[in-house]
Amino acid sequence: MELLLNIVIYLPLFGAFLLLFIRRAEWVKWTSLFITTAAFVLSLPLLLQFDISATGSAQYLTVSEPLLGDWDVKYMMGLDGLSMLLFMLTTFMAPIVVLSAWRSIDKHVAGFYSMLLILQTGSLGVFAALDLFMFYIFFELTQIPMFFLIGIWGGENRIYATVKFFIYTLVGWLLMLVALIYVGFAAGNMVNDGVFTTDWRLLTDPSFQLGLVEQTWLFLAFGFAFCIKVPIFPFHSWLPLAHTEAPTAGSVVLAAIALKMGTYAILRFLIPLFPNAAIAFAPMFAVLGVIGIIYGALVAMVQKDVKKLVAYSSISHLGFVVLGMFAFNTVGAQGAIIQMVNHGLSTGALFIIIGMIYERRHTRMIADFGGIAQKMPVFTVMFMMATLASIGLPGLNGFVGEFLILVGTFNSEVLGSYWYAVIGAVGVILAAGYMLWMFQRVMFGPITHKENNDLQDINAREIAVLLPLMLFIVWIGIRPTDFTKYSEAEVTRMLEDVQLRASVVVDNASGEDLPGWALHLYDVTPQLAANLDNETEEVEE
Amino acid sequence: MESANELLTIIPLIIIGGAGLLVMMLDAFTENARLSYWTTALLSVAALGASVSALFGSAGTSFYDLITYGGTAAFGSVLVMIGTLFSVILTRDYLEQTGRHIAEVYSMILFAAFGMLLLVQSNNLVTLFLGIETMSISLYVLAGLVKDEKRGTEAALKYFLLGAFSTGFLLYGIALLYGASGSTFLVEIAAVEDKGLIYWAGVALLLVGFFFKISIVPFHMWTPDVYQGAPTTITAFMATASKAAAIVAFILVLSRALPEARAEWSDVIWLFAIFTMVVGNVLALVQDNVKRMLAYSSIAHAGYIMIGLAAGTDAAYSAVLFYLFAYTLMNIGAFGIVAYYEWHKGYDFTEVKNYSGLGFQQPLMGVLMSVFLFSMVGIPPFAGFIGKYRVFAAAVDEGLIGLVIVGVLASAASVYYYLRVLIHLYMKEDITGITLIRPGVVYSAALIILAALTIYFGVNPGTLTDLLGNLKGVSY
Repeated sequence: MELLLNIVIYLPLFGAFLLLFIRRAEWVKWTSLFITTAAFVLSLPLLLQFDISATGSAQYLTVSEPLLGDWDVKYMMGLDGLSMLLFMLTTFMAPIVVLSAWRSIDKHVAGFYSMLLILQTGSLGVFAALDLFMFYIFFELTQIPMFFLIGIWGGENRIYATVKFFIYTLVGWLLMLVALIYVGFAAGNMVNDGVFTTDWRLLTDPSFQLGLVEQTWLFLAFGFAFCIKVPIFPFHSWLPLAHTEAPTAGSVVLAAIALKMGTYAILRFLIPLFPNAAIAFAPMFAVLGVIGIIYGALVAMVQKDVKKLVAYSSISHLGFVVLGMFAFNTVGAQGAIIQMVNHGLSTGALFIIIGMIYERRHTRMIADFGGIAQKMPVFTVMFMMATLASIGLPGLNGFVGEFLILVGTFNSEVLGSYWYAVIGAVGVILAAGYMLWMFQRVMFGPITHKENNDLQDINAREIAVLLPLMLFIVWIGIRPTDFTKYSEAEVTRMLEDVQLRASVVVDNASGEDLPGWALHLYDVTPQLAANLDNETEEVEE
Repeated sequence: MESANELLTIIPLIIIGGAGLLVMMLDAFTENARLSYWTTALLSVAALGASVSALFGSAGTSFYDLITYGGTAAFGSVLVMIGTLFSVILTRDYLEQTGRHIAEVYSMILFAAFGMLLLVQSNNLVTLFLGIETMSISLYVLAGLVKDEKRGTEAALKYFLLGAFSTGFLLYGIALLYGASGSTFLVEIAAVEDKGLIYWAGVALLLVGFFFKISIVPFHMWTPDVYQGAPTTITAFMATASKAAAIVAFILVLSRALPEARAEWSDVIWLFAIFTMVVGNVLALVQDNVKRMLAYSSIAHAGYIMIGLAAGTDAAYSAVLFYLFAYTLMNIGAFGIVAYYEWHKGYDFTEVKNYSGLGFQQPLMGVLMSVFLFSMVGIPPFAGFIGKYRVFAAAVDEGLIGLVIVGVLASAASVYYYLRVLIHLYMKEDITGITLIRPGVVYSAALIILAALTIYFGVNPGTLTDLLGNLKGVSY
């Protein structure tokens, strides 16, 4: 099974290499479809064999010898409850993405598909990597293909969009690299006999305790990088631009997979690595999450371009994910994970749908449509389902995630206030507003533009692209436990472990060494430290 | 000389020196540039092989301690020979395609390489000075190789004047250090107890001399003009082999002659590292000429290397050597591609806008350029990333976190100018309407090898980092 995991990860990369030798565009497409489908089929046993009750260590673990000579940096890949669903989401979306680009890409076809395939390997690596350094490498590996996907096959303003996307993300991640190096040395000194290490098992070892001041700075450095990637308000400005300019397939990958890397990284690395800081900053992140929810929704409401509208709705949805994670309870985090999957499915579907209509009319402006439900009945059904899923209608997937998150936030001890949930819930109402209003303007009413009279309904290929998405949108909506069961045990353990380790650090902290802000932030009682000092003084006397 | 065995410690020097004389004679009698080329290439391969084998041999000093061999010096020779060999291979096609196949170029490259090899093997300031001068004088000639190009002549003259000036500093520094210590041997300078004004003045002047050679801001003024004016493959040679040689020699001097003064020079280097990274990157951002951009980028890279030198530990030195290795591969590669595009319209075809839409015409060249540029940005999985990572890590370990943060921010800014080339290659419409020639097998193969090594040591750096971690000769 370890081998199978690696095959699934590297098969797309091999496919990308293969594409270099294929001349005919048709063959390129079929090869890509074959490779991505094969990767998906091969990944199914990983899901079926997954032991949902096992916690605390990853399954299908591959661990190499140290790669960097004198440093303990290892090739370490495996899946656990946190990553399983996202890994599967990535393999599942890949063939759909390939199919969705079938007709719309006509120049440099081989280049386009090889970029998609490299991106898939990078994404799978991000979700499977259990060495912080490996995670970083796979993450950067996804940036290069994304840069070209937006820049070469994107829209009018593509160069500005892709440069902004690339540099914005890189700034955050380079700062994180410095923090990563610091963590590696600190962990080496504490738990690895002085040898630099980024091994996941050692970084979450109970005896690896970073000081409170160190945690604060490192948390901020990591948090900054992840906030940009998610993106969390106010670091979101690259996202609508990148989404609007990217080709359909690029938008789908960006929404369904790339944005998940940031939120996944928060859950995987940011919270467990810096438990005290994560708890102390939870209200701040929750506030940013709530602002994201409301802000994204309000801005989405005034958009004239459907694609931009969906891009802003992504910011709103990701606000929910962040809110759920920082609730610090199982329900909230479970909701966050399933919301990541949901957002991938429903927003992915919406981008594909927008792509289909753009191929027909070469416009995405709401005002250019109206009344097309009459001409495209099948399309209307699909679009309707994706829209309702995105809103969070009970019975479809979106509801499950948002409901769990709001319940988790409401009961959160760490956040300590129900207002986060109350204001977050307003976002759901706003979502219904902007999505349904958009849907109504695009699909219903009289046909006001005569070009829309000749619209063709979606063909068999397009239905094949959308049907699997619809299947899961309904499945998750009706039987969420089929999916949430994968992460439940691991999330519960992880959160307990984080809180336990946090309390150990606070107990050990002496108020004497800490600056005033840290005492306040981490609620360390100076009296305790003062008592200890008195005792030592007495002993000396 | 104690025995003929000592000759074995300088095999690459002997090969390259002999080759230089041989090729010069060939030029005089045959005027067959191709013959010169093949002689040079084959003997360079031999010298490269000898350097690599020296890397695994013993380390020590020879020729009355004037020469150091093995360890760091051997790795320096490897860097120099990689730079030399690939520059020679690229130079032939470049000069033939631009119609200026001048046979003398090979003997001058060989003499420069001889100087560089002497430089990395020097254990004495006088040997070091001889190396630097042999190298520099040959490079002055090479910069002005194409006599009817105004820019080339300008480059040569500028390089010569400023180079001579800086040599003065270096020589004066050596003289003062001799005054303070009574010796020019590196280890004996380290033993100076009474560190008076003369000593510090000597150290300062020595640093200035080196800063000039490795183009540290504010001693970098010559670099953009010379790199732009010289024939492109010669620029590749100067940017890689000569810079690598100077930095390796600098490491030898810092670690052997000035270990006691580390606290002082570390602060100085810290300061100049910041200048260099900031100025190099900012000025590179506004360049429209790719050669000039790469010149500023090489200044910026020298800045990152200075971070490692400021840290000044064994781990940092080995990180710098790794960085130099990656730097050599990716820079020759990038200049090689720039040279290739120049084939079509000649000398001035180096504006970034000239590249518009060319990336898809010869896909191989475009892909290789992407590999080299992304490696320079410092993005995994390329060797440039590992180099940067190790240098930054060594500095963080020494507590130089502020310096490293400046470094990462500077390299984040650098992304834009590297990407700009790729943006023109791939994302703009073709405006020049030229049809690219298919590059020859040897030319492509050389670039493919460079790219393959860049990827290989990015994915699997362990072998090289192990080797560099155990390298003898930095500190005794």
